Amino acid sequence: MVIEPMSVWIAIQALLGGGLIGAAAAALLLFNGRIAGVSGIVGGLLPPRQPDAAWRVLFVVGLLVGGLCLGRLVSDPFEGLARTPALVLVPAGLLVGFGAGLGGGCTSGHGVCGISRLSPRSMLATAVFMLAGGATVFVVRHLVGVAW
Amino acid sequence: MVRSVVAFACGVGFALGLGLGGMTQPSRVLAFLDVSGDWDPRLAFVMCGAIAVYAPIYRLALRRAVPLCAPAFDLPTRRSIDTRLVVGALLFGIGWGLAGLCPGPALTSLASGEPAAVLFVAAMLAGLGLARQRRTAAAPVAVAGRQTETA
Repeated sequence: MVIEPMSVWIAIQALLGGGLIGAAAAALLLFNGRIAGVSGIVGGLLPPRQPDAAWRVLFVVGLLVGGLCLGRLVSDPFEGLARTPALVLVPAGLLVGFGAGLGGGCTSGHGVCGISRLSPRSMLATAVFMLAGGATVFVVRHLVGVAW
Repeated sequence: MVRSVVAFACGVGFALGLGLGGMTQPSRVLAFLDVSGDWDPRLAFVMCGAIAVYAPIYRLALRRAVPLCAPAFDLPTRRSIDTRLVVGALLFGIGWGLAGLCPGPALTSLASGEPAAVLFVAAMLAGLGLARQRRTAAAPVAVAGRQTETA
């Protein structure tokens, strides 16, 4: 395997991005005492509502503001989004939302915070959703033979 | 007030990290999950970077009796490994593998103004709401009090 300078830079960029995610999640814990699980933060705004809506809403507003700045940071920050068919987006969204609600967390809550806390629940959940995601892509791309 | 400012800043930092790491690009996420295809390992680096920063600070933070701006730490209390956890993660993974979007990147993508992002987020919130309704129906007592939802 040839290691090109480009792939080294991409790896560094990914590490930096991850570090920033970790730092933001750590700040939320250190200052506010909360776990940065996005599905949990947003879920608290849906019925049965949690009484502490303000910070949840502001976290989501922060995500949007950050999203608006991304174009200056990376080229084509939402690459692949526009060409995903609606017929895929709707069931995928339902599964992601329902699954995160049922399983008590998503990539951030289980994958980053939970694994860092050495939570066996989160380690299992992360292994399961990684394998399920990989299996789904395998079926879609290599067995059915479609891609978007 | 301070807590809301912190939450906002964390949201911004979180979104920038997701974008820098490629998590907001469904094509990248799917390429990461496509192990038997042209595998793109970068999301593994994102996760390692995030854990490398969060794990030590988590341990240091919990040495404090209370957080800097809140009366108490609000940490997940559930310990049981049950069907709900496994089935939930399974369904989540299938949805993630279909569209290459998970909740954080999906909300961040709303900034793109793409109808695809709106559609996905609407479906995601419907699914999340449905799971919460089911849980309320199944255990009305458990959700009556304030409890942590994640992990």
